[in-house]
Amino acid sequence: MVKVKLGISIMLMLMMLLGSSMSIAASLPAVGGVLPDLSPNFSLPKPKDGVVIIEIFSMYCPYCQKEAPNVNKLYDKIQASSNLKSKMRLVGIGVGNSSYEVDVFRKKYNISFPLYADGDFKIHKSLGEPRTPYFIGVKINPDGSHRIFHSKLGELGDVDAFLAEMVRLSGLK
Amino acid sequence: MKKRANSKFLISCGAIIMTLAIATAAGAISDAYKENIYNPGTLKPIDSKLKVKVGQLAPDFTLPAVAGGKVALSQYRGKKNVVLSFVPAAWTPVCSDQWPGYNIVRDMFDAHDAILLGITVDNIPTLFSWTNQMGKLWFPVLSDFHPHGKTARRYGILRTDGVSERAIFVIDKKGIIRYIDVHDINQRPSLEALITELEKLK
Repeated sequence: MVKVKLGISIMLMLMMLLGSSMSIAASLPAVGGVLPDLSPNFSLPKPKDGVVIIEIFSMYCPYCQKEAPNVNKLYDKIQASSNLKSKMRLVGIGVGNSSYEVDVFRKKYNISFPLYADGDFKIHKSLGEPRTPYFIGVKINPDGSHRIFHSKLGELGDVDAFLAEMVRLSGLK
Repeated sequence: MKKRANSKFLISCGAIIMTLAIATAAGAISDAYKENIYNPGTLKPIDSKLKVKVGQLAPDFTLPAVAGGKVALSQYRGKKNVVLSFVPAAWTPVCSDQWPGYNIVRDMFDAHDAILLGITVDNIPTLFSWTNQMGKLWFPVLSDFHPHGKTARRYGILRTDGVSERAIFVIDKKGIIRYIDVHDINQRPSLEALITELEKLK
């Protein structure tokens, strides 16, 4: 009888622990799905009927460093397009980076688009701990709701092709 | 007999709980390393007893560098401030993310007339393969492999399992230790804290 009680209480403990570890270990953002709540360190910009491209990076990641000029080029192309300028936003989230470290990255690569710090890895955990760099494309619907249309690890590749792909996948006009 | 069965049951439950706890410990990892990073899980934060202190002359050492040749701490005496960055092991999560960050702030070290020396207890071929993933590093990477961890042991930062602590020492041009951070092995020290210490050297 004692053994059964002990067994039940240990099973309960295990279930609780498993539950809590599963809530920490979120899965990567899925195409067709929505972003989890990432407040208070980041809130999704809401360009009406527009698109938000999110780069998950780290100042400490060699690939993100190498990719920085290419991401700047993407931003410049968005800004240079009279159509995309108002509809498409580009933001970066520095996972595991303090504000100081994000600032070092910003200055080093002359980054003009907004960067957010995720010093305690909270956002990183909510997004399923992606390796970096990782790009997420989000379409903002007219009613303010949103839908993920792109979620991928690795570099952008050719900037023009990437931009065209973002426009196509999001259905942006 | 019944008691023994109970304790066996408890031990296996404990093992499951520990495995779950380890599986949830992680950090941001660059895709530069693909799937090649070994995750040792969460470790005892500090597992050694420091043998040096601030204000003391830093023990000299001569170690082989990945780029070839040997580097001695004493060669910087009277010329450069020195930052020693010991990291526990190649191909592990936090270490793989630490030096690439230092690699883009050479100007910050230069501004304070400081050189950075990266040190682990790994051998040269392992360090060569690992640091190649980080891009071209501007600072020497030294191997404290043979005799195993001799320098880490001299500084009192060799852990009981044979790897070094994640530790930073700032040494001024006179060879005096000015700052010591034996950091929680599971976490990356903040860049801001290190730069603040370099600013104090003036």
